[in-house]
Amino acid sequence: MEYITLKNHQTVLVNEIPETDYDDFFELNSWLITDHPERHCVNYFGYKTASGIKLLSCIADDEKHVIYVSSCIPATGRLIKSFTSFSLSFEKFEREIFENFGIFFSEHPWLKPVRYPFNRSDKSKTIASYPFYRSGSEELHEVGVGPVHAGVIEPGHFRFLCNGEQILHLEIQLGYQHRGIEHLFIEKKNLLQRVLLAEGIAGDSVAEHAGTFAYLWESICGVEPTPEVNFTRTLSLELERISIHTGDLSAVCSDIAYQLGSAVLGRLRTPIINFMQEWGGNRLGKGLARPFATNYHFTKELAERLNNMLDRYEPDFDEIVTLLFSLTSTLSRLERTGAVSYNDVLSIGAVGMAARASGLNRDIRLSHPYGLYHQLDHKPVIKHHGDVYSRVQVRKEEIKQSIEYIRHIISDLPAPQIEPTSLPKPQPGIFAIALSEGWRGEVCHCAITDNNGELLVYKIKDPSFHNWMALTLAVRNNEISDFPICNKSFNLSYCGHDL
Amino acid sequence: MFDNIKILYHQGKQFIPDVRKAELPGIFRGRPVITTARVDERALEELCPVNAISIQPVTIDLGKCAFCGECARCFPGKISFTTDYHISANKRERLFIREGDMEAITMNPATVRKEIHQLFRRSLKLRQVSAAGDNSCEWELNACNNVQFDMSRFGIDFVASPRHADGIVITGPISVNMAEPLQLTYDAVPDPKIIVLAGTDAISGGIFAGSPALDRSFIERYPVDLYIPGNPPHPLTIINGLLDLTRMR
Repeated sequence: MEYITLKNHQTVLVNEIPETDYDDFFELNSWLITDHPERHCVNYFGYKTASGIKLLSCIADDEKHVIYVSSCIPATGRLIKSFTSFSLSFEKFEREIFENFGIFFSEHPWLKPVRYPFNRSDKSKTIASYPFYRSGSEELHEVGVGPVHAGVIEPGHFRFLCNGEQILHLEIQLGYQHRGIEHLFIEKKNLLQRVLLAEGIAGDSVAEHAGTFAYLWESICGVEPTPEVNFTRTLSLELERISIHTGDLSAVCSDIAYQLGSAVLGRLRTPIINFMQEWGGNRLGKGLARPFATNYHFTKELAERLNNMLDRYEPDFDEIVTLLFSLTSTLSRLERTGAVSYNDVLSIGAVGMAARASGLNRDIRLSHPYGLYHQLDHKPVIKHHGDVYSRVQVRKEEIKQSIEYIRHIISDLPAPQIEPTSLPKPQPGIFAIALSEGWRGEVCHCAITDNNGELLVYKIKDPSFHNWMALTLAVRNNEISDFPICNKSFNLSYCGHDL
Repeated sequence: MFDNIKILYHQGKQFIPDVRKAELPGIFRGRPVITTARVDERALEELCPVNAISIQPVTIDLGKCAFCGECARCFPGKISFTTDYHISANKRERLFIREGDMEAITMNPATVRKEIHQLFRRSLKLRQVSAAGDNSCEWELNACNNVQFDMSRFGIDFVASPRHADGIVITGPISVNMAEPLQLTYDAVPDPKIIVLAGTDAISGGIFAGSPALDRSFIERYPVDLYIPGNPPHPLTIINGLLDLTRMR
């Protein structure tokens, strides 16, 4: 069993990652995952090397706080057996590898396109000809929604197979948002350009993706993150969590036609994002995370302003959610709607808030801590029913928890740190991995540099990559009219998925 | 019942009475001002990650600017960003800020299509199309209709169907995969229809400009009625832009 063990933000020389033949690679990953709920795949991807397409698998172990990395160059022309045959969590990773490189996996349920990237291996496949699952039954009907939706949201196509009002099956087709970000990371050589790309991966997860990129870049350059950058990234990530959770609670209220909740929670999001603008000049936190240094020092005055703002936020928030969770009319819409079982989230490898709402304790802040989370003694919020109500409760409690963390970390401000006069250079021939826990869940960025220290591969995985499948399972046997609240309770990213 | 009234009372007054003159808290990167101070112009031009700065004279193209503020940070005596959020324009060339330009960006009503003034002065219904938008512009467009900004008070709303719309608002750099759905949506809007580009990504492609995964031919095929710069644009920039376009005489 050959693999290498890394910690979050640790780097290793690429040629130190053991490379085996496919049978051993398969055996190893099957052994790592099977019957180990504490382990899951955080990234599995292919990239071009001189001797063929190399597959690289990263399995995180939440109890031992490490990541197992293994690799393989499958011999061309040989039939290779799908990892999905032992764990469904690999289903989409293998579809992506097939789409990008044409590597066929046997015993995979259906190697469908994932996002129709511009550099896909088979250009004859186009987004307009996606092969949907069809029933062929005359009793059932199909409902197609999107890519352009009724609200001001991102594009994606939803195909429902329904029996009357009841959803039997939902298939989600994505790819409309594909901008070629991973390719642009390689093509654009300037660090600031790459920072802007990371901020643009998903505009609702700026702190999450830009922070992860910044940590990854520092580790590639062999630079330790300073107390001030840890402070900036942790604080902006927790503010982002509060702002999006608040906005999503408002959206859930809109979808069950609870106007008061929608209006109050909608307006409560504003002071949070306005504070981000007061601090860094952008309501969504663009500009805060930068490698090596921070552009916007957090002053005592800002800390006082933030404390005051939270003092006003908390009673108004408590008041409205207490009412929201005590009304029979709202509870009857939230409870038992869109339930996903623990076994389902485990088998599909769901992450983050969606996994925790179904009883699966998966939280990078606890399992692979970074930033200031070492000192926060983080206890993930876990619920067990896996329904909309559980996901809404997780969001509510995480808001309270984030407020507590923020109050703690701003009680002790780091000294403003001086920017390095010259930019540190990336080390040649290394592999680096960075995991973070954003409001949606786990983000994973991986990078490989060539012998000159130039980026060779940049691989991004948004939590939505795992969790879209959880949404399709959640809506089964629900009424189609409950789809919007199921969807909002997850609020998954289209652009983070399509890249 | 009493709980509801108590909660309503606790909210106080939330709406912004005058969206034209509201002041933004703290720092904000709005309309930049460029002085005539002498700097290493070549270094300034190279610093910009999205090629929004050109030299001789030093000019910032707000349609390309990512509002990262790096130029103001590295050349503080040369460039500064004001908190002026009135930066929407109906002509692309109005988004170029040259050194020495101090005045606000205004819209010349004479250059606005007549039908816009005739038909959309009191009511404007828009269909938003996210064409590979990163969801930040979408959040801010949604914020336009929250209780603070309350754009509906001006009769401006986002509608579910393009058949009910007077025009489309495009966000995002327009991916190849969204080119056809965007065209279909536009075709479904009845004439006369307006096109609004919201956010730097939509106006120029932003940081994604030149990506092989984009297809921006739509922008070249049709005239654009309003450009709303920002990364993402502030709700006040969006609302004021739409008001200037439809109501300024």
